[in-house]
Amino acid sequence: MEKQFEIIDHTADIGIMAYGYTLAELFKNAATGMLSLITDLSKVENKLSKEIVLQEQDSVTLLVEWLNGLVYELDAEHLIFNDFALSIHDGGRLTAICYGEKLDPQRHVIKREVKAATYHNLNIVKENNVYSAAIIFDI
Amino acid sequence: MSPWHGKIRQTGICRWEIPQDYKSGMKVPGLIYADDRMMSVIREEESLEQVANVAFLPGIVGSSMAMPDIHWGYGFPIGGVAATRVRDGVVSPGGVGYDINCGVRLLRTNLSEEEVKPRIQQLINHLFMNVPSGVGSEGKIKISEREVDELLRQGAGWAVRHGYGEANDLEVTEENGCMTMADPERVSDRAKKRGMPQLGTLGSGNHFLEVQVISEIYDKEAARVMGITFVGQVLLLIHTGSRGLGHQICDDYLRIMGQAVTKYGINLPDRQLACAPVESQEGRDYLAAMACAANYAWANRLCIAHWARESFVKVLGRKEEDIGLEQVYDVAHNIAKIEDHIIEGKSQKLCVHRKGATRAFPVGQAGVPSRYAAIGQPVLIPGDMGRCSYIALGTERAMQETFGSTCHGAGRVQSRGAARRAQSGKVVAADLAARGIYVRTGSMESLAEEASSAYKDVDDVINITQEAGISSRVARAVPIGVIKG
Repeated sequence: MEKQFEIIDHTADIGIMAYGYTLAELFKNAATGMLSLITDLSKVENKLSKEIVLQEQDSVTLLVEWLNGLVYELDAEHLIFNDFALSIHDGGRLTAICYGEKLDPQRHVIKREVKAATYHNLNIVKENNVYSAAIIFDI
Repeated sequence: MSPWHGKIRQTGICRWEIPQDYKSGMKVPGLIYADDRMMSVIREEESLEQVANVAFLPGIVGSSMAMPDIHWGYGFPIGGVAATRVRDGVVSPGGVGYDINCGVRLLRTNLSEEEVKPRIQQLINHLFMNVPSGVGSEGKIKISEREVDELLRQGAGWAVRHGYGEANDLEVTEENGCMTMADPERVSDRAKKRGMPQLGTLGSGNHFLEVQVISEIYDKEAARVMGITFVGQVLLLIHTGSRGLGHQICDDYLRIMGQAVTKYGINLPDRQLACAPVESQEGRDYLAAMACAANYAWANRLCIAHWARESFVKVLGRKEEDIGLEQVYDVAHNIAKIEDHIIEGKSQKLCVHRKGATRAFPVGQAGVPSRYAAIGQPVLIPGDMGRCSYIALGTERAMQETFGSTCHGAGRVQSRGAARRAQSGKVVAADLAARGIYVRTGSMESLAEEASSAYKDVDDVINITQEAGISSRVARAVPIGVIKG
């Protein structure tokens, strides 16, 4: 996918428009987009991996929970990721291996905190074989 | 973002209505507090559509309201007030937001600008070290998993018992710093795990710590009761909330409410408004969890105030009692409260959602601290870091019209992206320095996004709340030192 995501302006907060040829790619690009709002992901090294498994009844909830799960890992475990091997299975199941490292305040400059990904007007759209979703984050 | 062209008409001084028939599904009209100029700014974005959407909430009474600092939020507009009947209405976590009990704590001092200004850089630098931002790092307080439940039950009282404040700080805190309906059993382990390392941290975004000086006093008697007696008097203002604990609680319950909406057959135009009846299991559980986050936030602001007191003593080399850093008040501006209000002549129990709005209770109302019985509840309204902030009072008019609520700040007018493109953090810092305001920040990007020009002028906002009579101004303060997390 040429364009993984782009930043959307929002008065109080920040949004991203994420793209993908598959749902899995969309989810991966949304995660990269969100985490790049927090810090420069090119400074994150692949030192550890963490498995995340989720089950939700619809893909919008799955997307929000996936992103907020990554916010949780950052807040509670201080883990920052920049690569993901991710699959979405029938029945709303997501399995992902996230690659990254423990946050190091000396190397990773925090640009801003993301409090959460919101459900605000969130739809996953498929057009011309491309999935897209506009996600607004609470900053 | 496109301008809003919906139906709206002026109904009185600083009052505008979105009629109930604007959109099928609205249960009450929308009511917006603004003057002509502010309304033209508000109409540049879609926040008025969000006012109309909130009017869909089952059991909403009066109107879906917006204060003059309204701006585009997610689900609810920021600056929104919505009251629902407890008996047959709903509670919506989106009507509180992720940062549950985001709020402000104001402390006054005996010091004058002349005494502090020469040491403002040292003071701000010391405060910057002493009050962790918690962004990408941990706070200074280590608590066990067992202790976290006590903290969530006791709120600011927990902080006092652990040496982070005085008992008389509690008297001048909304709810005395503790909502008794808190039940830690209703809070997920994930929320507790997120919150534990962040207790006593400021956070980023619009959160701040400011050293200010009084620039004008409008109501001498009320100011005196609050310990504010002269122009040039130094104050300290703390703005933060419940950190990751509140964010996780909101997220956990939005997911639950998403299912509740289907279960209870509720029709909503935006999923972020997801809700459940106040009297349902889901509704009660949310309120019990929300109260835990509110309690955490009151403890959080008290811990930060404690370190701020330490920094003043250390840098100024004077005794704490000479400095007189006493709390004026602490008020929440993202919260849902169960309150009694008079509706059509009868007292009713309502669930009042204040999403970027401040409680503004008048004289004689339960909940006003005894110290302020003669003047009413202090209202603290922070502006942006380059202009000013206000101290005001609740009014009888607010009680009658806005369920005892007023604005909470200046309100953004420019997106974070546009602010960042307009000027860098370095330029913002230099500009503030040129105007005698020393700033420290954990993130230059965040500083650029928080530039003065990204906000409405709080003077304009306060002129509207004053004219509309929903709060009454007491004093105005300008910053001389700022910390942005």
